[in-house]
Amino acid sequence: MYNLTIAELAKGLRAGEFSSVELTQTYLNRIHQHSALNAYVTVTDELALQQAQAADAKIAGGDTSLLTGIPIAQKDIFCTLGVKTTCGSKMLDNFIAPYNATVVDKLNQAGAVMLGKVNMDEFAMGSSNETSYYGPTKNPWNTGTVPGGSSGGSATAVAARLAVCATGTDTGGSIRQPAALCGITGLKPTYGRVSRYGMIAYASSLDQGGPMTRNAEDAAILLQAMAGFDDKDSTSVDQPVPDYLADLNKPLTGLKIGLPKEFFTADLNGDMAATLETAINHYRQMGAEVKEISMPTLKMAIPAYYVIAPAECSANLSRFDGVRFGYRCENPADLADLYTRSRGEAFGKEVKRRILMGTYALSAGYYDAYYIKAQKVRRLISDDFKNALAEVDVIMGPVTPMPAFGIGEKLANPIEMYLSDIYTIAINLAGLPAMSIPAGFINDLPVGLQIIGNYFDEARLLNVAHQYQQVTDWHQQTPKGFE
Amino acid sequence: MSLTANDVKKIAHLARLGIDEQDVESYANDLSGMLDLMTQMSELNTDNVSPMAHPLDQIQRLRPDVVTEHNQREHFQAIAPQVEDGLYLVPKVIE
Repeated sequence: MYNLTIAELAKGLRAGEFSSVELTQTYLNRIHQHSALNAYVTVTDELALQQAQAADAKIAGGDTSLLTGIPIAQKDIFCTLGVKTTCGSKMLDNFIAPYNATVVDKLNQAGAVMLGKVNMDEFAMGSSNETSYYGPTKNPWNTGTVPGGSSGGSATAVAARLAVCATGTDTGGSIRQPAALCGITGLKPTYGRVSRYGMIAYASSLDQGGPMTRNAEDAAILLQAMAGFDDKDSTSVDQPVPDYLADLNKPLTGLKIGLPKEFFTADLNGDMAATLETAINHYRQMGAEVKEISMPTLKMAIPAYYVIAPAECSANLSRFDGVRFGYRCENPADLADLYTRSRGEAFGKEVKRRILMGTYALSAGYYDAYYIKAQKVRRLISDDFKNALAEVDVIMGPVTPMPAFGIGEKLANPIEMYLSDIYTIAINLAGLPAMSIPAGFINDLPVGLQIIGNYFDEARLLNVAHQYQQVTDWHQQTPKGFE
Repeated sequence: MSLTANDVKKIAHLARLGIDEQDVESYANDLSGMLDLMTQMSELNTDNVSPMAHPLDQIQRLRPDVVTEHNQREHFQAIAPQVEDGLYLVPKVIE
């Protein structure tokens, strides 16, 4: 039963083949059995079984929500009332959230069952899940490799069948990159599509929550429940949410696909390029037109991102001061010592690096040279995408330069780690929606195909992904030992 | 462009961020590396380009000036490190 998708489980629950309590217990057992993967920070056994019982009663009463009774994992960045919410940091190791994130409220209303909170890079800063205070999560395809990050716990949980689906967040690739490295489907929606209320902020102009699932159909179901205007998020966009399932089966005849030549350079691993070429040929066979496009400013995305994101991070993380919640150092000498030591003792090295970078970029004398310059470059990158998407319906490319790397392999060189975000970061700067879907394997490790679309065109992305999943079975592969 | 150990200490002070003495040198190296990366942006002419703060160029939404929150002081203070009589306690600031 743990190999079934949301749509299949919803049928099974209604046909009385199994109950949500049975389903939930199966998943809880698997989570404890595979705890060595370190996917979960907190498992909420009791709460999950209560929610499952309530779901069974709702289903018996004729409830039709597809998510009712479906066990899901919440990234530990989403505040959950009464449940520890750590954001992967020692700073919040003692933090019991006093309210629910809007996403959590919405999924509760949709009847989903929360299995627990999954591991992540500290404050979502990282591409490997190694910066977590709770230790690295392991990739179920090869436990010596990273699952990617920052939503690494989410990706591992879905890939290893420790949750039917999971929430993730994406600031520079944090949904798409782990989805690619773990062989699952991940969607970063348009900025403003999913509420950020109660989603602990890293870089507010870039952060966006989204679904991480087995396939595109499940992503559509989960996004349907997550998306929508929220008065409590000042950057939420007031636009109606379409029916994401409605267009899944639309034929792709005449679909215009753009391949940016800047994505397919010598920097891209040769096996990766070949795998993507095969995937794109599938689209040609389905009637899509493929053309090369050029986006000359793409290469500026990394420098612009590593000014903007740390700048916003340094401002956002100033709220962690040891006064109102979170970690406080022992015996502070005075108020300055309280701030400095609480922050110094509770933040990890990567978070400190980004706070320092951001503080520097925003400090007097450097603000124009770095921050304003980066925001101008951001505009040019965004214009490049707008021009490209006026010519084509979707843009395709790699998600990562290579499959999953070894745990510890890149920790010593943070800049090298940053450079591996080259294919995902520009999309966050532009605020566009993008997906990663499984497209093959290299040395038994999964590879993702990225599909980028226009603002609020999530339905088309899901359609394009779903059609590919009708003619391929990469998304149905399960890592050995987790079948 | 490169930053010295002293620069790093100054920035850490601005951020009220404690860093270990033994890590200062590696932060200086990492930040210098990041700054090198950032200088690439100067290749791009950005004259007459307006800075982009919001991906959809949305402006701040306003709401009617009415009370929407109710008092949850005790609920929120239940997770504070130290409180007394509804106040957050910190080391004495004024002698």
